[in-house]
Amino acid sequence: MEQVSAWLEGASNNEFTVAGMPGSTFMALVRVILVILPILTLVPGIIWWERRLLSWMQDRIGPNRSGTITLPNGRQIRTFGLIQPLLDGVKLFLKEEIKPSAVDRLIYVISPALALFPAFALGATLPWTPHTGFWGNFSPAANIDIGILWVLAISSLGAYGIVLAGYSSNNKYSLMGGLRASAQLISYELAMGVSLACIALATGSLKMTDMVAEQEKALWGVIPQVQNWFLFTPFGLLSAVIFLIALVAETNRAPFDLPEAENELIAGYHTEYSSMKFAVFFMGEYAAMFVFSGVFAAVFMGGYHFMPFNYDELAVTFPSLSSFWYALRDLNYWLGPAGFLVKQIFMLSFFIWLRATLPRLRYDQLMNLGWKSLLPTAVANFIIVGIWIVATEMYGVLGGWVAFFGAVALLALLYFNLVSASRKSREAEQRQAISLVDGTERRSITLVDPAPASSSGKTV
Amino acid sequence: MTLAMAPTGIVNDVPIEWFLLLGAMLFALGAVGVVVRRNPVTVFMCIELMLNAVNLTFLTFARYQNGWGLKYENAQQAAMNGQMMVIFVMAVAAAEVAVGLGIIMAIFRARREVDVDDLSTLRN
Amino acid sequence: MTTNQIAFLALALLALIGGGGVVFSQRPVRAAMCLVLNFLVLAALYFMLGAQMLGISQIMVYAGAIMVLFLFIVMMLRMDREEPHKVWWTSAPVIGTVFGALVLFIFALGIRPVAEMKPGAVDPKFGTPQAIGMEMMTTYAWPFEVASMLLLVGIVASIILAKRRI
Repeated sequence: MEQVSAWLEGASNNEFTVAGMPGSTFMALVRVILVILPILTLVPGIIWWERRLLSWMQDRIGPNRSGTITLPNGRQIRTFGLIQPLLDGVKLFLKEEIKPSAVDRLIYVISPALALFPAFALGATLPWTPHTGFWGNFSPAANIDIGILWVLAISSLGAYGIVLAGYSSNNKYSLMGGLRASAQLISYELAMGVSLACIALATGSLKMTDMVAEQEKALWGVIPQVQNWFLFTPFGLLSAVIFLIALVAETNRAPFDLPEAENELIAGYHTEYSSMKFAVFFMGEYAAMFVFSGVFAAVFMGGYHFMPFNYDELAVTFPSLSSFWYALRDLNYWLGPAGFLVKQIFMLSFFIWLRATLPRLRYDQLMNLGWKSLLPTAVANFIIVGIWIVATEMYGVLGGWVAFFGAVALLALLYFNLVSASRKSREAEQRQAISLVDGTERRSITLVDPAPASSSGKTV
Repeated sequence: MTLAMAPTGIVNDVPIEWFLLLGAMLFALGAVGVVVRRNPVTVFMCIELMLNAVNLTFLTFARYQNGWGLKYENAQQAAMNGQMMVIFVMAVAAAEVAVGLGIIMAIFRARREVDVDDLSTLRN
Repeated sequence: MTTNQIAFLALALLALIGGGGVVFSQRPVRAAMCLVLNFLVLAALYFMLGAQMLGISQIMVYAGAIMVLFLFIVMMLRMDREEPHKVWWTSAPVIGTVFGALVLFIFALGIRPVAEMKPGAVDPKFGTPQAIGMEMMTTYAWPFEVASMLLLVGIVASIILAKRRI
């Protein structure tokens, strides 16, 4: 292992050439392939997992037949339908492709590719593995200063595939789907950006590896044995909830799947797509879901760590078990990518659970949620995080938390004051309107009992 | 201290005039589009193109200042100034697009068609 | 010819294709797509110049937000092919060639004197979000506030314009 590590180190530092190219170029290529490969290989698995889990939640069985192998001696190896997505893929690729005659040819052809591209490009700055030592050579593919902004920028490009597909299909339902998608993506991008800005503010950096490293610090600044995953901090929890909702909206998943609402718009933007192009849209959605779960895992759930424990600190606290803690630490390091994957699968299951649970939003509900709830909450959170950071720097950890909760109380007071004031003014307006309509005095609503108890023969 | 240090970065061997010429060509293209096109949305796009050409030029000058004999601090300030200009251009462009597209929508709602040749209500 | 020069020329070609597409394509949606291509290529050029923060905001602001808004409007108004100008002397080739050549000529005059300049020895923090944020909050604090007011006015104005009855 150490030889491999040294070889990788040398290749990264350009000490020798590999396959005819400078070592660093070779390593960059390897990293790029390692970003794309898991997405391509795991997407069928995700589709299978969604179908099985969804049917389980809905008290069905789901695809469980395909892939059963019968050995010559009559024994059967069951794969629980695991190759069903593969077979679906083969079916889709072999189907006849129907291209409507009045489409805008060029844009019709390129929009599936545009829908798939962001999902692949998004993973470029994600730390799928620990960023030190051996694993540090593999991930992130580009450890740039603007890691989280890259995620935002590329996810905002995801609108094009859907919008252009809707436009070029020359179908009014597709067009409606595209319109909805563009408005929805623009609206939820803001809340997403501000909620991530809170985390960037708390970290003091936009690098994804810095964000993971920040979460390895002591919990709330006081408990060094437990890691400070942003999910455990109050502001981080709020950010995570906002980010999660925005995430579901960005990936067009239920309950935000208005662009492809099947009972309103047939199939929305991909109504006119068949065969392989439809498959590419389908795959793009699942790949985006997968990568976005990775973003969530890295930014809010501590990246590659299985458990939120600092094993070095635990070894200091419980010295008698130190070898055990160190073994756990090493295990945690070497199983880093697996830990990341477990978190991703957890998030995917969460998305599927959402889909099974929540009904689709109406369009005005969607806009109200995005603009009137998520964005103001995210901005308030941003202000509070700023206050907390300044107070922590000035008065220490305890003073920081006092200022934090003080700011929360102050903002809540202000908010409820405003709400009650606006409600009062709205009521006054309505009263005025009613009195204008009714003339001199406001008619009070009298309740009329439709079936008085004395006259009805039977009790209900 | 003048800029005696060796220049760093990826652009060392690309001459400045290439960047400037590209910016000039994009600006000229945008200007032609503004004059020639009739659809107001496309005219807007051409204006965006011109703004971006200017942004490219700003950033080029922010990066290439060796040879002006600037002091080191002044050169750093010049580098920052160029970038800040680009940020403000972006902010102005965003505001302009929001208002401009709103105006186009309002005109469309009032007249059911938009064409820069026909929009001459203010002219007597 | 170094790799950087080749990369620059390829990107410049793409940018010009994008810009030409904006001006010469008859369908607004295709023009918008060409403009997106142009913006992405310009972002790559910004990265080449070392301004990574501005490159990424170029993608985020222009390609991600402004152009989606353009597409939204184009789709909502159902804009299709446009007809050529009605008056003969404003025909596109004539006015385009003359005007474009004039603008380019003026710029070319301006390029000559600065052609001697070389890339400066900039700070290693050049183009990082930290450097830009620092500058924005110190030297440019006042213009920054004015820009935020401008954006606020833009929001209010667009909401008022979008109302059914003004």
